[in-house]
Amino acid sequence: MTDIPAPRHIPDRLDKPFRAAIFSWEALLVVVAVAIFAINSFASPYFLDPYSLSDLTFNFTEKGLIAFAMALLIISGEIDLSVAAIIALASTMMGMAVQAGAGTPVLVLIGIVVGLGCGAFNGLLVTRLGLPSIVVTIGTMSLFRGIAFIILGDQAYKGYPESFAFFGQGYVWWVVSFELVLFLIAAVVYWFLLHRTSFGRRVFAIGNNPVAAQFSGVRVGRTKFMLFCLTGLMSGIASVLITSRLGSTRPSIAQGYELEVITMVVLGGVSILGGAGSIVGVVLAALIMGLVTFGLGLLNVPGIVMSIFIGLLLIIVIALPIVWRRLRGNS
Amino acid sequence: MKAFLKYREIWLFAAIVVLIGLISTRFPAFADPGNLRQVFNDTSILMILALGQMVVILTRSIDLSMASNLCFTGMVVAMLNAAHPAIPIPLLIVIALLVGLVLGAINGLLVWRLNIPSIVVTLGTLTIYRGATFVLSGGAWVNADKMSPDFIGFQRAAFLGIPVLSWIAILVIALFFVLMTRTALGRSIYAIGVNPTASVYAGIDVGRTKFIVFCISGMIGGLSGYLWISRYVIASVEVANGYELNIIAACVIGGISIAGGIGSVGGAVLGALFLGIISNALPVINISPFWQMAISGSAIILAVVLNARGERQQGRIILRKVEAVT
Repeated sequence: MTDIPAPRHIPDRLDKPFRAAIFSWEALLVVVAVAIFAINSFASPYFLDPYSLSDLTFNFTEKGLIAFAMALLIISGEIDLSVAAIIALASTMMGMAVQAGAGTPVLVLIGIVVGLGCGAFNGLLVTRLGLPSIVVTIGTMSLFRGIAFIILGDQAYKGYPESFAFFGQGYVWWVVSFELVLFLIAAVVYWFLLHRTSFGRRVFAIGNNPVAAQFSGVRVGRTKFMLFCLTGLMSGIASVLITSRLGSTRPSIAQGYELEVITMVVLGGVSILGGAGSIVGVVLAALIMGLVTFGLGLLNVPGIVMSIFIGLLLIIVIALPIVWRRLRGNS
Repeated sequence: MKAFLKYREIWLFAAIVVLIGLISTRFPAFADPGNLRQVFNDTSILMILALGQMVVILTRSIDLSMASNLCFTGMVVAMLNAAHPAIPIPLLIVIALLVGLVLGAINGLLVWRLNIPSIVVTLGTLTIYRGATFVLSGGAWVNADKMSPDFIGFQRAAFLGIPVLSWIAILVIALFFVLMTRTALGRSIYAIGVNPTASVYAGIDVGRTKFIVFCISGMIGGLSGYLWISRYVIASVEVANGYELNIIAACVIGGISIAGGIGSVGGAVLGALFLGIISNALPVINISPFWQMAISGSAIILAVVLNARGERQQGRIILRKVEAVT
C-alpha cells in the first residue's frame, strides 16, 4: 500500500518565478480558455461579434459572483450547498415585497438582507454547534427552497418595477453589462481580500490546519462564520441579478446552481480539501465554463449535452496534473 | 436498559412510531397494517439507495452520481425492453446491475488510482451520466405503452401477499446486514472510516476497498434504475433529477456520520422510512405537498444536531483530541 504519506520533499531553493508561472494551474487554465475561444471562433461565424460576446458573459457572471465567496469558504475547509436555495428564498421574498408595493431600492435591500440572513444561519449552525457544513447545508438547502415552495406553490411572482430590470438587463456602456461590471469589481475585491489582507492569510491558515490556526491566535469560528455570511451575501446579490434578468420568481429558480458554482471553484484550482486556491483561477474557470456553454449553444448543442463537456472538463483538468506528475515521477 | 437506549436506531424508531401516532390522530387509517405495507413498498427504492450510499459514506467518501446512474441504467433497460420485449426480466435485472457496476467502477477507479476526492469525481460523473442518458435516448422518452407487461408487472406481482418490490428491498437489507456485520469487507469499511491511517497499518488496502464500495453503490444505482422505471413507467432524462440529495438526507437522518465510520444498516433503513412516511402522510392529512421539502430539510438539521450530541458523549477517546474551539 502506498497510502502512507511520504515525508514532504523540501527543495533547496524555490522554482524561479517565471518557471513557476509557466507551470501553474492558472497557466493551464489560460491555455484551455484560449483553445476553447479559438475553436469557438472557427466553429461558428457568429461567435466573434461584440454582441454575442456580451451575451456570453451572462452565462457566468451570476454564478461567478457566488463562486468567489464559495472559493474562500472551500479554502477554509467548509462548503455551502445551499446557495441556489438562498437565491430562491431571497427571490421569493422580493416577489412578496413587490406584491406589497415595494420600490426598487427596497427590493434590492430585501434580496441582500435575506441572503445575508440565510448565510448567517448556516454559519451559526456550523460554528456554534460544530456541525459538518456539507450536511448542514444539504438540510438548509431543502429548508430554504422548501419555504419558497410553501409560499409560492406552483405560482409565480411577476410585476417587478421597470427600474428593477436594470440590474440583470442593463448595460453600463456599449455592450458592457451591469452584471459584467459587478463581476469584475467583485473579482478585484476578492483577489485583494484573499491574497493581500491578513483576513485572506487566516482563511488559508484555517484550511491548512484549523488546530494550528487556533493556537496561532486565529479566531477560527468567527472567521468561518464571516465566510458563510459572505457566501449568503453574494447569493443574495446573485438573486437580485437573476430575478431582475428573468423578471419573475418561481420556487424552482436557479435549480442546480450549487453544483455548477462548486464545479467552477474546483476547476479554478481550489483544493476541495481546503488550504489552496486563487481568485485568478476562479475567474478563468468562470470564463471557461461560460465559453464552453455559449460556444456549444451557438452550435445548437442542447444544454444537457453541454453538461457532459463541463463534467469531463472538471475531471480531466483535475486528473491531468496528477497523471503528468506520475508519468514524470516514473521516468 | 440504559445500554439499549444508547442505540440511536431505537430513538429513530421511537420517533417514527410517534410520527405515525400523530398522523393517525388526523387520519386513523394511516396506521393500518395494509397502509404501512404500502408505505414500506413506496419507500423501498429509497431504502435500497440509502444502503448503497451508506457504505460509501462510511469510508469517508460520497457518491453524488447515484441518481444519474439510476437515470442512465433505467434508460438502458427501458430501451432494451422496448426494442426486445422477449428478454426475460431476471436477465434485464442482471444487465441493470452490470451497467450500474461499470458506472460505479469508473467513479471508483478515479478515486482509487488518481486519488481525486470522491466529491469532485462524482460531481463530474453526476452531470456526465445524465448527459449520456440524453445522448443515448436522443432526448426521447420511453413511455408505458412501449414497455412489455412483464417489465411493468414484475415488481407489482404479489408473493405471500407482499409485492416483489418490497421483497427485493428486504433481500437487499438482509444482504447489507450480512455484509456489514459478518464479513471482513464490512469490518474494513468501518475501519477505514474510523481511522484510514491505522487501517493501512492493519493491512487493509484502503484504495481497493474504496473502489469496491463505489462498485457496490454503482450496482445499487443500476438495480434502482430498473425498479424506478418499472414503478413510475416512464424513462426520461429528468428521472430522479436531484434525488442524490434525498439519498444522502436519508442516510443523515439515519444517523450515518458524514465524517465516516459511524452508521448502521438499520439506521439507513429507518432514515429512508422516516422520509417515506412524511411524503406519504402529507396528502392524507391535507397538508400541501409543497411543505415536504421544508419538513425534510428541518428533519435533516434536527437529526444532525442530535447526532452530533450523541457522538460527543461517547467517551472512548484514548488520546484527547484538541477540538477547534469556536
